[in-house]
Amino acid sequence: MPINYYIFLSVTLFCIGVAGVLTRRNAIIIFMCVELMLNAVNLLLVAFSKMQFHALGASRPQAGIDAQIFVFFIMVVAAAEVSVGLAVIVMMYRNTHSIDVNFLNRLKH
Amino acid sequence: MGITQVLFWFLSIMAILSAILVVISKNPVHSVLWLIVVFVAISGHYILLNAQFLAIVNLIVYAGAIMVLFLFVFMLMNLNAETEPQKNRWLKIAGVIAGGSLLLVLVAALKKADLKTQVAQMNNGDIGLIHNLGMSLFHDYVIPFEISSVLFLSAMVGVVVIGKKD
Repeated sequence: MPINYYIFLSVTLFCIGVAGVLTRRNAIIIFMCVELMLNAVNLLLVAFSKMQFHALGASRPQAGIDAQIFVFFIMVVAAAEVSVGLAVIVMMYRNTHSIDVNFLNRLKH
Repeated sequence: MGITQVLFWFLSIMAILSAILVVISKNPVHSVLWLIVVFVAISGHYILLNAQFLAIVNLIVYAGAIMVLFLFVFMLMNLNAETEPQKNRWLKIAGVIAGGSLLLVLVAALKKADLKTQVAQMNNGDIGLIHNLGMSLFHDYVIPFEISSVLFLSAMVGVVVIGKKD
């Protein structure tokens, strides 16, 4: 498969995530859209790793393996981020009984 | 058009449609379920690219653990379509236009890129298998691997401290 298709698929998923962050007010849905963007980037990294292996694999059998390790570390960091972020959102819900992000604009006072 | 191409288009359309449904569905629980469909489609893409270890990790960690965490939080808070906060219509239209403009700019910038000869290899190549990834992870990347365990420990402590009832 030409790499173009993967680039356009990932860009589309990323932009859907951006539009979701901009249009929703539910804090957890915004968080889920961030996860969607992370996954779009992961997909592109794996596609690029296979592209590099296709181009250089004959001379270097390990070509492109770094990208897959990076995807693994992105997943590790995302798991830690989700646990802390959800704890913050639960705390916010406990204090305000709402998960509306507009409710937090009183933080500026 | 071989079976690989058919599967690629099927998984791509499934991923994009479910991603749109994540954003537009009113009920937050439906959003979580559609996001699981997106992750399953992306795992299918990993299998097509022969990155089998990442496909399984994506299914177990994302679709299994993280999404169940989201689902638990939604059900704990008893959220449904009635309590869902809505932005007003003009802000929604502005958000969609902003996202669409970003898509337009990126596609226009990448359309002319000379990538026609570059091909992502499918159904072949063994760099995605667990043996090669494990050799690389524990030889070249062993220090980041250990640091990530410290990251997990601090995240765990942070969650307990934040979530504690005071």
